[in-house]
Amino acid sequence: MGAARVHRGEDNGSPPGGHCYGDAGVRDGGRGDAPARGRGPRRLMPTWLTDGEYRILQAACERLIPEDESPGAVSAGVPEYIDGLLGAFLVDPPRIWAGGPTSGRHGGEAGFSRFHRLTPLDELAWRTRIEGSRGLVEREFNGPVVGLQERYRAGLQDLGAGFCDVGPGEQDERLRATAEFTALLYEHCCEGMYGAPEYGGNRDGTGWDAIGYPGDVQPRGWSDAEVAGP
Amino acid sequence: MTVDAVIVGSGPGGATVADVLTRAGWSVVIVDKGRNHLLDPDDLSRPAADYSNDELKFVHRHFLGPDPIIEPRTFRTGEEEGDHSHVGEVNSIPTTVGGGGTHADGKVPRFREEDFTLRSTHGPVDGADVDDWPITYDDLEPFYAEAERSVGVAGEAGANPFAAWRSGPYPMPSGAPMYGAVLSTAAAERQGLHPYAAPTAANSVPYDGRPACNNCGFCAFFGCPIHAKGDPVAMLRRAMASGHAELLSETFVARVRSDGRRATGVEVVGPDGATRAIDARHVVIAAGAIETPRLLLLSGIDHPLVGRYLMVHFQTFAIGILPERVHGHKGRAVTHLHDDAVIVDDAARAAARAAGLPWVRGGLVEHGGPSLPVMEAKLYPWGAKHKSLMRSSPMRDRMWAFTMQGEDLAQATNRVDLDPTVRDVRGFPVARITYRPHRHEEVASAHHAPSMVRILQDMGATWTMTATSPQVGGRDHQGREDRRGAEAAVPMSRHVMGTTRMGHDPRTSVVDAYGRVHGLENVVVADSSVFVTSAGYGPTLTLVALAARAATAMVGGSAPS
Repeated sequence: MGAARVHRGEDNGSPPGGHCYGDAGVRDGGRGDAPARGRGPRRLMPTWLTDGEYRILQAACERLIPEDESPGAVSAGVPEYIDGLLGAFLVDPPRIWAGGPTSGRHGGEAGFSRFHRLTPLDELAWRTRIEGSRGLVEREFNGPVVGLQERYRAGLQDLGAGFCDVGPGEQDERLRATAEFTALLYEHCCEGMYGAPEYGGNRDGTGWDAIGYPGDVQPRGWSDAEVAGP
Repeated sequence: MTVDAVIVGSGPGGATVADVLTRAGWSVVIVDKGRNHLLDPDDLSRPAADYSNDELKFVHRHFLGPDPIIEPRTFRTGEEEGDHSHVGEVNSIPTTVGGGGTHADGKVPRFREEDFTLRSTHGPVDGADVDDWPITYDDLEPFYAEAERSVGVAGEAGANPFAAWRSGPYPMPSGAPMYGAVLSTAAAERQGLHPYAAPTAANSVPYDGRPACNNCGFCAFFGCPIHAKGDPVAMLRRAMASGHAELLSETFVARVRSDGRRATGVEVVGPDGATRAIDARHVVIAAGAIETPRLLLLSGIDHPLVGRYLMVHFQTFAIGILPERVHGHKGRAVTHLHDDAVIVDDAARAAARAAGLPWVRGGLVEHGGPSLPVMEAKLYPWGAKHKSLMRSSPMRDRMWAFTMQGEDLAQATNRVDLDPTVRDVRGFPVARITYRPHRHEEVASAHHAPSMVRILQDMGATWTMTATSPQVGGRDHQGREDRRGAEAAVPMSRHVMGTTRMGHDPRTSVVDAYGRVHGLENVVVADSSVFVTSAGYGPTLTLVALAARAATAMVGGSAPS
């Protein structure tokens, strides 16, 4: 499993269809590879998870960070962030560390969208973290490591195939019953909601806008008066 | 080819030594196991384009290293816990070119005179190894001044009534105060305390060919994208520009080679995994107070005190929720400090007596801290309340915090040694940290925490809490009921000191007053490993001053004037 999976249809323009979140996934805007405000292309299909797993992921993320007066996890692209992390090595360079020094949102060039190349040791670390050690001797110098892919595959399965079809109360109970996986999922939801958009979440900065947070500000920075005043 | 010196580690200590040695014409090779994201390899006067205002990369994805999967450490509070109780990250500072300087928000206070004479000033404490340094503040003062010019420090001489004497002004005026610090310093003054603008290694004006800080706010935890933070890029840039230095990144020093009387160089593992030797007339070790003793032990330099007397600073946090937003994401993370808790006054003596201790000292108190939304979000529960909490932002935009960096007394049982089973990715035993605070630290923390809470209340805080690192009493550093088990006892100060103690007597110390290893005098330790006391101050400026002093002695120079 894991890296052997086929990289399916990134930016291929296929309509989403069949997701329990359907259009609520906001997979319609910015279709294709045209960057929106310099924030990188949007994916229209999951790249690592299966469609079925992705539907459960969407539903679970939306329970953890639900939509209210401002967009929730699904509108903000959190499932794409998580799928992008699980499939980080399906693209080259891998989607681990966004580049610098600026995003282009406050001047400067759009350096965040050029992801760093990894050294062999960093690739070993991140492949181990994401794919697990999988019996490979070079990854098991301190014993076996369970990777994020396996934890997600098992965790989503534990939420149950019918997760999308039960009511919110039952969904929350199932999430509480799988507390360890839900804690992991929530950490990633927070990252996908409020991290830089180049990693696939926080679509168009919606997570930042909702909380009045400006995000990265180089090369603009802040004036002394903006720092010292109310 | 034999170089004059090989320097292990490119952080503040190693960079300082490289700067001083190359100025004297010495040839040096600087070796760092981390990647170079600091200097543009094609133009060393420029930043590499890799640092950015990116919370995921710097705070949640190990960009500056170490990655605990390939370079774990282990931890236990005592031998009764077995080989170790925790494997993973243990109080790590970055493993990258620039080392610990890269992630720090650059608060660089000097120590006080009494920090060098702690035993003769205040006396011994049972169960601790309180001692005097082999040098005094007066010996170090010229090098402190040189360090402030070298790094580029903005500050206000005379603003701190408890500061040690100084021979001149700071090279730059202070930068802009954060709005929250405007409020907290006014409240602290109303409480009879003495806040002052923090001496900060971030340019307030263009300095030494580097621009003024533009207040972006990504300071603590982050590399500076514009090189406004001078530590240690200022020293590295000069050393590399001299033409006498070579920088080997992604290269791990596995062993100091020696003929029994003198070191002959080091053995390194390069990025390709191949092992080779570097011949050198001197070996300078500046890998930080955890990796430096690890290297000595891996090299068989096993003086019985190597690794002992590890000190970390006992941190006390006071956190309050304010009625108004203070936009802590604008500015240098921490712009003000107060030193009142360092002073042993009548109240501190009474608190000590009540606890059966001769005295207690706290540490400097930092006003403010980083303000990052992913970190904030992870504090809140999931579900319906998540977004309204994020919008009202009690734990970020309306939060104000104080951190006391409490003096940590040296204890021989607090130590770094080699873990018996856990290995790094290259197959070498990792550092094991055995640490538990002395009761002094907990008593000092309990004594001084209420004064931090009173400032918050004076600021109008509607809710306050205190916590410590390492944790005591079942709550973690954010005040949540602790769920981390063994991890809760792991200190997170990122200040590590004391594992190759400095002294005149080879029976009670590992290195001499110039950082030279007793009995192997062309090996020089040039980082905070040599500290005899931890003081209640961040270690950086003191270790830079000590490194400059050690390097000056190596080249036969005299103190700067």
